[in-house]
Amino acid sequence: MNPTEPLLSVQNLKTYFFLDEGTVKAVDGVDFDVYPGQVVGIVGESGCGKSVTIKSVLRLTQKPGRIVEGKILFRSQRVTDADSGSDVIDLTTLDPHGKRMRSIRGAEIAMIPQEPMASFSPVHTVGNQLIEAIRLHEDVSKEEARQIAIERLHEVGMPNPEQRLDAYSWELSGGLRQRAMIAMSLSCNPHLLIADEPTTAIDVTTQAQVLNLLRSLQKMHNMSIIFITHDLGVIAQVADYVVVMYLGRVMETGPVDDIFHNPLHPYTKALLKSIPSIYSPSGTELPTIEGSIPHPFSRPSGCPFYPRCEAFMAGVCNAKDPELQSINERQSVSCFLYEEKQMQPS
Amino acid sequence: MVQYIIKRLLLLPLLLFIFSIFAFVLIQAPPGDFVTSYIAELAASGSSVDQAQIDALRSMYGLDQPMYVQYFHWMGRMLHGDLGASLDWKRPIAELIRERVMLTVLLGAFTFVLTWALAIPIGIIGATKQYSFLDYFFTVFNYIGIATPTFMTALILMWLAFSWFGISVTGLFSAEYVDAPWTLAKFIDLLKHIWLPVLILALDGTARLARIMRANLLDELNKPYVEMARAKGMSEWRLVLKYPVRMAINPLISTIGWYLPLLFSGSVIVATVLNLPTIGPMLLRSLTNQDMFLAGAIIMIYLFLAIIGTLISDILLAWLDPRIRMES
Amino acid sequence: MEPVTDLDVGPKDVHDLEVAETIEDWTGAIGPGLGPVEDAEAINVAPNWKLVWWRFRKHKLALFSGVVVIVIATVAIFPGFFATMDPHGSRSTMSFVPLQRLRFFHDGTFEPFVYGVTGARNPETLRMEWVTDEEVIIPVSFFVEGFEYKVLGFITTNIHLLGTAEGPTEENPFFLLGSDRLGRDQWSRLMYGTQVSLSIGLIAVMVSVFLGVLMGGISGYLGGVADLIIQRLIELLQSLPAIPIWMALTAALPRDWSVEKTYFAITLILALIGWTTLAREVRGRFLVLREEDFVVAAKLSGANQRRIIFRHMVPTFSSHIIAAATLAVPVMIISETFLSFLGLGLRPPAISWGVLLQEAQNLQSIALAPWLLLPGVAVIITVLALNILGDGLRDAADPYSH
Repeated sequence: MNPTEPLLSVQNLKTYFFLDEGTVKAVDGVDFDVYPGQVVGIVGESGCGKSVTIKSVLRLTQKPGRIVEGKILFRSQRVTDADSGSDVIDLTTLDPHGKRMRSIRGAEIAMIPQEPMASFSPVHTVGNQLIEAIRLHEDVSKEEARQIAIERLHEVGMPNPEQRLDAYSWELSGGLRQRAMIAMSLSCNPHLLIADEPTTAIDVTTQAQVLNLLRSLQKMHNMSIIFITHDLGVIAQVADYVVVMYLGRVMETGPVDDIFHNPLHPYTKALLKSIPSIYSPSGTELPTIEGSIPHPFSRPSGCPFYPRCEAFMAGVCNAKDPELQSINERQSVSCFLYEEKQMQPS
Repeated sequence: MVQYIIKRLLLLPLLLFIFSIFAFVLIQAPPGDFVTSYIAELAASGSSVDQAQIDALRSMYGLDQPMYVQYFHWMGRMLHGDLGASLDWKRPIAELIRERVMLTVLLGAFTFVLTWALAIPIGIIGATKQYSFLDYFFTVFNYIGIATPTFMTALILMWLAFSWFGISVTGLFSAEYVDAPWTLAKFIDLLKHIWLPVLILALDGTARLARIMRANLLDELNKPYVEMARAKGMSEWRLVLKYPVRMAINPLISTIGWYLPLLFSGSVIVATVLNLPTIGPMLLRSLTNQDMFLAGAIIMIYLFLAIIGTLISDILLAWLDPRIRMES
Repeated sequence: MEPVTDLDVGPKDVHDLEVAETIEDWTGAIGPGLGPVEDAEAINVAPNWKLVWWRFRKHKLALFSGVVVIVIATVAIFPGFFATMDPHGSRSTMSFVPLQRLRFFHDGTFEPFVYGVTGARNPETLRMEWVTDEEVIIPVSFFVEGFEYKVLGFITTNIHLLGTAEGPTEENPFFLLGSDRLGRDQWSRLMYGTQVSLSIGLIAVMVSVFLGVLMGGISGYLGGVADLIIQRLIELLQSLPAIPIWMALTAALPRDWSVEKTYFAITLILALIGWTTLAREVRGRFLVLREEDFVVAAKLSGANQRRIIFRHMVPTFSSHIIAAATLAVPVMIISETFLSFLGLGLRPPAISWGVLLQEAQNLQSIALAPWLLLPGVAVIITVLALNILGDGLRDAADPYSH
């Protein structure tokens, strides 16, 4: 696979929820690319649209949610475009329940859910669900599928995989359950793994193990991963590239080092400031972002962050929508502070 | 699993004992006894009875004994399989109700099968196609089904059958088979009659069950394991039937515990309206005539059927849900 | 729940997946004319009953059912006013008169009337047979004087909502819903039956609620042995086949008891079996609430048990209780109806829907006078309205348990 061409390219994605009371623009024009072998972290507060973004990529948004605009281009090895025959498919053109989308989902793009406990059926054995995942995409017998399942469990560091296959998910510990989940997601060797806050539901020590496991599996299979989290610490640990989201929009993107050491957007800066540090003298108050996330129906016009922004410029930020622009080789930001800087010299 | 069933079975005698006391108190509750009403009947027809005769009657039926003695007599005979004799019909109770019990159970079994066969698909359609025309249609159907007492359905259907087709839909057998011995022809005749009460009772149960099924399934459809199954690339129908439907049915299994007793006893009214030869109308008659041994026996049968219902639902639940199986 | 981490600076921990649902709940609480921003504040300070009302208002069908229930309740409170004739008055010559539909316009002008009926005795069956006579027009007026009755049991009056000028007579009958075997006016009997049937349902539920809250509260709050005993008792009672037990209990009521005595006995019998469902509901709530922070806080600040239960816990689930109670009323109404229908509940001269339906017990009567089934329609409408209302209340009381 050509590493210089994106595996997944999300372009101007808009996913809205149409309710009786009005429209919620959960995702409102999101752009980002995922290159082969890259780990992209999407970070943002609860309600920023990060989960809806990846649900849109998997075509799993349920009504009343709908993708209204944008493209999700994916380089598939199983499905070719109906018209051009190209291996780059716009996933938004596929029927979400159709055969083509289903043969991508689970096989080429897999998901690790947030709550492994609730994501396994409690009345079916782990093996049943694993073998099913394999046989959905691979033409193998039950016995062969079982062997693959054991192999996968072994790969994710599950002790006694043969016995664990016949266990129920609630008989496993939190960490093992998440490992079983990862094994299930990897069962068909996906090129893109989408991890939706996979470590929120488990304790911190196991969290680190799971993250290490993911990272090593990623290297081993040369997968791409989209990693969703609200935890900047986790991002620093796993991601190569970071997308910062706020209220359905991308605020800033860039390689992980740049985002942490040279944040540009006031929102990114505020986020980083609110991380407690062991270097700050004891007794200092932890800075928080002023105000709260606006009500979904009363989104501010212009830049969604301006009511809470320290660098708010009246008449500019609340008047127009800022565009996501490349600032340098690596980082892009959507903020008028930088638009002006760019405009001034010219 | 086996242990669990044995544990449940061991509880049976205890439950039956409690229930039998309960049933006995119930039939003893009315003021006066059978002899009182018997005398009243005789007096009404003009003949008089003297005290000596009354006492003789009382001691003949053991009605002059203290309460607990009467209970142990009654219970003792029941344990020997002797249900006693009906004072009203002057016949052994076992002989009186044997066929009626069978028909009651048959009516209940047919109704149960039809109820589930209708309710589960209706519930699934309602939940998976929420807010569709079919969903609204079934919701209205369910509301009306629950609001209509079974005897109203029976009365209305009886009236419609009469005014449209001029037929009377009462009873379970055609006249020529009522007292005939069991043959295939009689059984076919039974099937020709039993569908109406089965339908009436099933409509009521279906409405309730389908509503529960829809609500359960709606809850389950939002669970992460459903999304995970979608993310695996499963087709919608296959995953719905394999995961959430299975989960939504489990709580329904526990409703069997109260639904079966309701089914057997709920048929009392419909059976009375449609004049069915089940134990329901006989209970009504025995209660009105203070035929206490018969009433007691019938209530014991209802209680027994209720216990069996709970037992069946417990076992089914343990069998279907590994979490319960492992716990016990 | 997500653990609170450095990024959780939002006011409410709302996961993206739940966005749609949560928004619906918020906006459900938004009153018309208020901007969403003010609303967010209004919601924060609104008392619980107001939140429930805001959510309930959205459910149009439940709202409509609420109106229907109010109309029926009004009839139940003032049956005499809505009745047109003495419900007990029988007229032997006027049995099985078919219903006379109330018509409002006569020759294009508003002039309510009913057509007359003429009857002749069939020489073979010796039954009266009635034909609508469109020649005879019996004018109907509002607020007319008729038979005397007492409003709420103490104010004697004779004003009725509807009536004919000179009252119903042999020549000019006035049976809105027809007459029964004894020539009694079914409409008026239905009005009085509404009072009895509805009040039995209501009182039985009130007793059930009392028992349910008491037992459920003890069970859920104290736990331990008390919980175990009450739970076993509830299980036992719930596994009983209710109908035969009800039948046996009501059959045990002495025949010579007065109407009032029977009425209360039946109410009690219905309640004694009906409290278990409510008790389970209450216990469940208590179990959840017992672990809630505000209850723990109350305990830590030294509030006594009674105060914790009645000041802190009960108010938070009173809307659930009201919803559950609303859903229990129709069950009681149906139970009373079938008991009376079988002749085991209320007995004439008492009038309830079940007693009225006794007249329609066999095919002969229904075939002859199908309108005798109409009290059953009243049962269905009432139960339907109460069920929809109860469902609406339940959803409003708890938006998360659909």
